[in-house]
Amino acid sequence: MYAIATILILVAIAVGLVRAFRGPTLFDRVMAGNMIGTLTVLLVAVLGFMNGRPEFLDIALVYVLISFISTIAVLRVYVSRHDHADTD
Amino acid sequence: MLDILLDILSWILLLGGALFLLTGAIGVLRFPDFYSRLHAVSVCDTLGAGMVLLGLMLQGGLTLVTVKLMLIFYFMVFSGPTAVHALAEAAQVSGLDPVEDDREDG
Amino acid sequence: MINLKHPFNLSLFLFAVWLLLSGHYTPLLLTLGLLSTLLVVFIAARAELIDHEMQLVLIKPGVLLYWVWLGGEIVKANIDVCRRILDPRLPISPRMIRVRATQKSELGRVTYANSITLVPGTVTVSVEGDRFTVHALTREAADDLEGGELNRRVRDVEQRF
Repeated sequence: MYAIATILILVAIAVGLVRAFRGPTLFDRVMAGNMIGTLTVLLVAVLGFMNGRPEFLDIALVYVLISFISTIAVLRVYVSRHDHADTD
Repeated sequence: MLDILLDILSWILLLGGALFLLTGAIGVLRFPDFYSRLHAVSVCDTLGAGMVLLGLMLQGGLTLVTVKLMLIFYFMVFSGPTAVHALAEAAQVSGLDPVEDDREDG
Repeated sequence: MINLKHPFNLSLFLFAVWLLLSGHYTPLLLTLGLLSTLLVVFIAARAELIDHEMQLVLIKPGVLLYWVWLGGEIVKANIDVCRRILDPRLPISPRMIRVRATQKSELGRVTYANSITLVPGTVTVSVEGDRFTVHALTREAADDLEGGELNRRVRDVEQRF
């Protein structure tokens, strides 16, 4: 059963990757990256249960926070570059 | 008896949640413009993630494992909307226009 | 609400989180936990991150009731959005709408904006004072939001934070 859930999540990640490659805008890519982050967290949690290793949950917990921060960071970099280009 | 019932419930939640995650991903691929795709991401972040984590919680029982799963859920519920809102606002500020449907019969 | 502005309260809270997440209660790990707690509080104080937003919102029955209601709304909206994703015959009609937030406090407005975004089908795009610009996936989602039930419920629950 865990295996089925794992496969479904992996397929979802693959579908998300297609959107990340296709774009067309930078925001679509960041959005796809954000969704893949969420999916990865759940994948790590499910894998931890499948292998009977609850330590995986700590990794998942850290990954939630990193995934959120990376999304915000990419947007911050983009917006600050944008402002810079306007004032130059 | 109760054990088996909880087991079945947790499997249903786990598989249902995974299906919602897949549906959200398909939506991200299928919807026509950036702003509508955001709604599909919301599906993943809320119900998909919630059901998978709840299913795992039922497997974990009353242990520290469940506390960690609840924390993961808590962070997702609070960081998800913030990330989606940041994306939407950045897109709007950069001048990306939404496709709007003004038909009155909607 | 519990105020975490005082460094002692903040340290106590962070150490409790450490205890909850660690699960190992040996002297070495407890010392490491205490040291990292103090380091975090020191860095946060130096970076002037300890401000009025450092508050712990307690979950009271009224607030819990709001979350349960919102959870129900989220499930309903999810099912609707998923049907529109999977069934090409069901149309989507994306639109931008403006709504007015009538909450008194900043925390209330944040709760409202986040609740709008949490419910699939509506996303808060920008906030200017009490005017929100919201992107809605369908006409029904837009009408629901303009009906103002969510706004009213957040205003009610805001007084109980």
